[in-house]
Amino acid sequence: MKDPSLARYHLSVGLGRAALRIRRWQAERKALSAKGWNSQALTPPLKISPYTKELVARHYLEGRYANQGRKVAWVTSGAPVEILKALDFYVLYPENHAAVCGAARLAEDLAVQAENAGYSRDICSYARTDLGALICGRTPVGSLPRPDLLFACTNICQTVLAWYRVLADHYQTPLIVIDTPFIYQQPGEHALGYVQQQCEAAIPLAEQVAGKKLDETRLRETIKHSRTASQLWMEILESARHHPAPISVFDQFIHMAPIVEMRGDPQTVDFYAAMLREVHERIDKGIGTVKREQKRLLWDNLPLWYRLRNLAEMLGERGVALIASSYTNAWGELAEMIDPHKPLESMARVYLHPILNQGAGHKLTTLQRMVTKYQLDGVLLHSDRSCKPYSIGQMDQRERLSKDFGIPALLLDADHNDPRAFSEEQIATRLGAFMEILGV
Amino acid sequence: MSLDIRALGLDLGSTTAKIVGVDHQGCLVWHHLEQARPRVGEQAGELLERARLASNQTERLPLVATGYGRGLVQQTTHKITEITCHARGIFRETGHGGTLIDIGGQDSKVILINPSGEVGDFAMSDKCAAGTGRFIENTARRLDVPLDQMGRMAWEAEQETPISSTCTVFAESEVISLIAHGQPLDAILRGLHRALIKRIAAMVIATGLMLPLMLSGGVAWNQAIQCMLEEEFKTKVVLPRYPQLTGAYGAALIALGSVTSQ
Repeated sequence: MKDPSLARYHLSVGLGRAALRIRRWQAERKALSAKGWNSQALTPPLKISPYTKELVARHYLEGRYANQGRKVAWVTSGAPVEILKALDFYVLYPENHAAVCGAARLAEDLAVQAENAGYSRDICSYARTDLGALICGRTPVGSLPRPDLLFACTNICQTVLAWYRVLADHYQTPLIVIDTPFIYQQPGEHALGYVQQQCEAAIPLAEQVAGKKLDETRLRETIKHSRTASQLWMEILESARHHPAPISVFDQFIHMAPIVEMRGDPQTVDFYAAMLREVHERIDKGIGTVKREQKRLLWDNLPLWYRLRNLAEMLGERGVALIASSYTNAWGELAEMIDPHKPLESMARVYLHPILNQGAGHKLTTLQRMVTKYQLDGVLLHSDRSCKPYSIGQMDQRERLSKDFGIPALLLDADHNDPRAFSEEQIATRLGAFMEILGV
Repeated sequence: MSLDIRALGLDLGSTTAKIVGVDHQGCLVWHHLEQARPRVGEQAGELLERARLASNQTERLPLVATGYGRGLVQQTTHKITEITCHARGIFRETGHGGTLIDIGGQDSKVILINPSGEVGDFAMSDKCAAGTGRFIENTARRLDVPLDQMGRMAWEAEQETPISSTCTVFAESEVISLIAHGQPLDAILRGLHRALIKRIAAMVIATGLMLPLMLSGGVAWNQAIQCMLEEEFKTKVVLPRYPQLTGAYGAALIALGSVTSQ
């Protein structure tokens, strides 16, 4: 290897990977005796967990050294990342990084840093967490690589536009924006053509930053991996049709990291194939997610990253299994639209269709379909102060679910990353009363 | 003389602590109410001791705890939210379903009660004190008006000064500013009550009004609240005999039910 910095990168990452693999083996041996686990209410955690931890830790480890040997792109969660993957970029998802900070209970401190710098508390807590990390340099993953390219797609929200412009200004880095027109009913051909043209136009700039040409065979392969991993993920989610459901929404939240931040990688396909095998094993053995499944619920919107365990226990103690989520579903439901033979056309279609880029009526239909598919007894709608596009329409959706569909539904006011918008007692009373209505 | 108490309900709210005893038929035969104290567990113990003395029983009576402090009651594992308890209490007293508005010290709730007495749906005020008893209490203290006269003064006022702020803290400063500008006190009080009613009415409409309309919680004693609600919804508001005890009464009935169903 002629390039010494590339050699350093491979050495550091190689050593780190070996250490992480050893840590995973050690964790796998201990997995069944998870410390502090409420085994009265919950069944043992998934055995795949150390594998997930290894993948995520490895991803951030590679990020730590990425500037030494690779080009780095920062992207939004709904961006057509396959183009960048096929160009060998190391891809970082600031939203996922913010979620990692949330789960590590660091988000509040980081958000305050951003607020002190003048960012309003009304801005998304993911954006505040990441901007705070940028300002003070603190992160639970060691360090983040500097971006060579920023890649934002508006199919999840409009906040990303302003957020990525701030990043572009800070890093003096080129920014590519893919604008996805909102779908009120069906997307017109002009919308598909418009997004496809933008993807095509993004390629020369991405190639310029990458210093290489896009290989179409590589792009098709990457898209194929995205499709296979999304199909496997969907199959895992659909296992919740079984009684008792083998995995919970909390498991889904934890194990969704690879499908988001490692989409298009072959190891993501291997990971979900392994996870599906474990899920089938649980079904065969009749292992549910809670000890005695009495009622089954759906979760709408992003998770409360700082309260996953508490919420799982609060519900599990009453035999309530939270088993389906419109949020985790969003990473699998579009799998069949992905077509490796029509790379750019299918990318345009897929990235136009996320649930957040469609009307509130579409979400209501999705929720109703999931209630039937998974035989659910109720719906929890997290009214997320940070995620306005996800939360708008929830009051009407709640009313329609309960009045037209006869499904009890509860609104919970909180925030996905900022615990200051979470009121413990208020949530406990609302959830308690809701479970009393359900008769558990 | 000892009372025939067969079950107890303990409602530990943010402002007051209530305990109710019921006889074998579920009739309210004894109660005690006092200001809530910070040491909830200790207070619960004292209230239960009072109940023991009143009933003169040596055996532990069935008990259900409700209210924000319910998790801190060591003497029972049976803890039910105040939403279910209020519904149970009012249903037993009135014998019918409807929409129950419970304006408590810390939050307000709208509870839809089915004709069979079960909770059909509910809504709670969000994370702020606007639209709660604390909103009135704070202003009463700030204006030096006795709490028990607030409602009468507001209702009898001939004028009404609109209060634009729904935040308890901001409303307080708005009131001070209005007084400084020479607005009459009773008109301001009427405006304050109107602001609270508008907030509650929005919750009722969002949940869906099912008649009759009923009112519980300490604020039910406030004449202006009751009358303004009637004005707002053009319907009579039903009040239980002891509005503040509805939750504790419901808790006691659930405790009694858990014994009789065994």
